Amino acid sequence: MTLTDLDKKIVMELQAGLPLVSRPFMELAQRLGISEAELMDRVQAIKESGFMRRIGAALRHHRVGFKANAMIVWNIPEEIIIKVGEKMAELPEVTHCYQRVSLPQWPYNFYTMVHGHSQEECQQIAARLSEIAGVTNYRLLYSVAELKKSSMKYFMD
Amino acid sequence: MKLDHVDRHLLDVVQTDFPICTEPYKVISEIIGISEQEVLNRLERLMQQDVIRRLGGVFDSRKLGYKGTLCAIKVPPERMDEVAQVVNSYIGITHNYLRDHEYNMWFTILAQSPAKVEQILNEIKEQTGIDDIINLPSQRFFKVLVNFKVRKTEE
Repeated sequence: MTLTDLDKKIVMELQAGLPLVSRPFMELAQRLGISEAELMDRVQAIKESGFMRRIGAALRHHRVGFKANAMIVWNIPEEIIIKVGEKMAELPEVTHCYQRVSLPQWPYNFYTMVHGHSQEECQQIAARLSEIAGVTNYRLLYSVAELKKSSMKYFMD
Repeated sequence: MKLDHVDRHLLDVVQTDFPICTEPYKVISEIIGISEQEVLNRLERLMQQDVIRRLGGVFDSRKLGYKGTLCAIKVPPERMDEVAQVVNSYIGITHNYLRDHEYNMWFTILAQSPAKVEQILNEIKEQTGIDDIINLPSQRFFKVLVNFKVRKTEE
């Protein structure tokens, strides 16, 4: 499935936010000039094809008690990286997990984001991950300040 | 932030199990055991308090044809605000954090092509006069999960 122009408009409406009214999709459908039933069908199709993961709330995590976040950067041998990545991704404390290009001035090829209630908790999580992975070449970069955190506005950039 | 147990239950439901149907808030109200109006009132308050940043579609950027990268730039401490203003002005730069390292400003870019990413980086270099930016495109994706379990187990 490829997204039609209507689908892209639906994506733009859904990313802006779902109205807090009893029939939110009806309100969006009216804005788009289609019926509620047609919109429901398209939303389901966009979800089932994997373009949309879900409808859901994004929280300010520091407001619900997760005060510390650390990016842990790893140097993991290429031949074990898939195995290690899959294992690390299983841990609920790990929210993001990526293999990335490494550079001479930045020799890290694997990244995990962890959220904890404190820096100590982040350190403990890192130590646990190190043990699971069998890799000791890592470092933690704590966030000192959040300068921007927003949701992507697709098709508007 | 004072959240009661109903707020916490509601936050867990709207993060993970938001129903896609004509009356989703009614379905949520039945899961939690409060009225639909109370669900709407509480969600409105949680948004005003900025506990909920956004309630809407969560998309798969790769599937939508976007490329993602992580970048870091070495910013002199006295130029932090000014450089942040340049970096944050891009829609595709959704996250920007100061971190405790020589490469101190870390931001993500989502763009429809690697060429577009390069263009944004070149513009940032030009506008700030800072050349030392590292660009770390993702090569393999393992996980992204942005749900935070806020309900305590005894609730």
